[in-house]
Amino acid sequence: MQTNSQLARISAWRRTQDFFDSRLHVRLESLIVLAVLFIAMALASPYFLSVSNILNILLATSTIGILAVGTTLILTSGGLDLSIGSVLGLSGVAGAYLCVTLDLPWIMAIVGALGAGAAVGYANGLMITRLRIPAFIVTLGMLGIARGLALIIAPNGGAIYGLPAPVVFLGQGRPLGIPMPVIILALTAVAAHYILAYSKVGRHTFAIGDNESAARATGIPVQRLRQILYTLSGLSAGLAGLVFMARVNAGDPTAGYTYELTAITAAIIGGTSLFGGKGSILGAIIGAMIMGVLQNGLNLLAVQSYYQQIAIGAVLILAVYIDQLQTSKEKKA
Amino acid sequence: MSLLTIKGVTKGFGAVQVLNGVDLAIGAGSVVGLVGDNGAGKSTLMKTVTGIYGVDAGEISLNEVRINDAAPGARREMGIEMIYQDLALAKQQDVAANIFLGREPVKRAFGFLPGYVDRARMDREALKMIDRLGARIPSIHRPVGMFSGGQQQTIAIARALTFNPKLVIMDEPTAALAVREVESVLKLIRQMRDEGIAVILISHRLNDVFEVTDRIVVLRQGRIDADLVTKDTQMHEVVSYIVGAH
Repeated sequence: MQTNSQLARISAWRRTQDFFDSRLHVRLESLIVLAVLFIAMALASPYFLSVSNILNILLATSTIGILAVGTTLILTSGGLDLSIGSVLGLSGVAGAYLCVTLDLPWIMAIVGALGAGAAVGYANGLMITRLRIPAFIVTLGMLGIARGLALIIAPNGGAIYGLPAPVVFLGQGRPLGIPMPVIILALTAVAAHYILAYSKVGRHTFAIGDNESAARATGIPVQRLRQILYTLSGLSAGLAGLVFMARVNAGDPTAGYTYELTAITAAIIGGTSLFGGKGSILGAIIGAMIMGVLQNGLNLLAVQSYYQQIAIGAVLILAVYIDQLQTSKEKKA
Repeated sequence: MSLLTIKGVTKGFGAVQVLNGVDLAIGAGSVVGLVGDNGAGKSTLMKTVTGIYGVDAGEISLNEVRINDAAPGARREMGIEMIYQDLALAKQQDVAANIFLGREPVKRAFGFLPGYVDRARMDREALKMIDRLGARIPSIHRPVGMFSGGQQQTIAIARALTFNPKLVIMDEPTAALAVREVESVLKLIRQMRDEGIAVILISHRLNDVFEVTDRIVVLRQGRIDADLVTKDTQMHEVVSYIVGAH
């Protein structure tokens, strides 16, 4: 009797997991971790549960969230993009340079930031697909190149201040009380979630990350798809650079330092595999939120920031361990 | 008129010449066994047919139309399917995703919104094909990596048969299977022939080759060494061609 009810419980859990996985394209465990953290923080700190604090968390998460969207696409395809943190810095500087230093119309700040990001992503893609250099090497090299370019463009390596009001609005505006970066993140996530979970390009992204030679054999244009994905990753870094620049009202060449690792952390906490074939945009956003809630909550509790780093590292390892446990259980079954 | 015609095909990788001028014609609804020693060029020859490899010289045509320059996806559209020895499955994706790999049906809501992959239809048709093959698969929503070798083989076969192929190339389809599973693969090959599908069977298991083929073609050092009618030949004759002792 007892075993029967136990079995029923396990399969109900399993069914719920499957439902979240196949219908909502997000891992149930990630949502539960976020909910538990959220409740714990709300109980621990009286300041946590307020509209303004929640919006603060979302705002603080927005830049990493946008980067994590691109990172999730890349990781799901079995690729890697280490350059996005530097590209974020370069894009901000490029945008600010065009509209402040060269005094071009404000729209050029947007064109410049997004264009710089997409161009670097495209260059990464070319080197990976045409010259067949491993993605790790190409994007590690680009991490240095993009950062160096940002520092060269910025006068004396300092930030470019004084952006036009419409650009600053993208970072500091609050239509209906919601910060613009949060709105931009939401729109980006919805678009990318559609691509990865529902479009043909998304199905093919999973396929090339899972088994590249099988994908090629079934006629999927593997290299063209990789080229597109690296360009999208650069574009998302450019968008993150634009938002970051608008928020701080400056093109800062040192912005986004080590953000690539934070974005990868968010994606993996959200259930994306570092080795391809498995990934979720919603998951990445939840992963970024988990880190945001942890940081915000521990800040409110006046815990030293060193401990936050430890907490986030532990969550990352734990997330992958839970995944591993599940996989080995299923293999045995 | 033959369905597939291979004329004077050569292919080398760097200093290694694998195919030295292969000529072969295969008619619709015929089952041809392609045999030969390891390194004879069987898989390479078939990959030039599916478009994974280009040829250095020679011509490949389907129904008298030259297809040398068609990409693998385009050749699948024309009706050339191959079941690879490693099965070419995306192990973390589910059954339907694998059967429709590279050919996902797309649906548009209201006719103008961006298209989305029609999962419901994929699931439905995948299930239908699995049933038709008489296979038992616990759930089509599970990643295929969790299934047994025989079940994975069935999924690979289902992928090849779902889109009404004209020619199906099978690379060692029975090598990893249990006796009962081998029988069902052989039965399936006969069934395909009866439906007018041409089959090229690459196999080291000559018993299987003798059981289902109409012709046996022996490839040796990148050349066709023998083209035999199955019912007029003997196991020892085929073996002597394979080892070059004829």
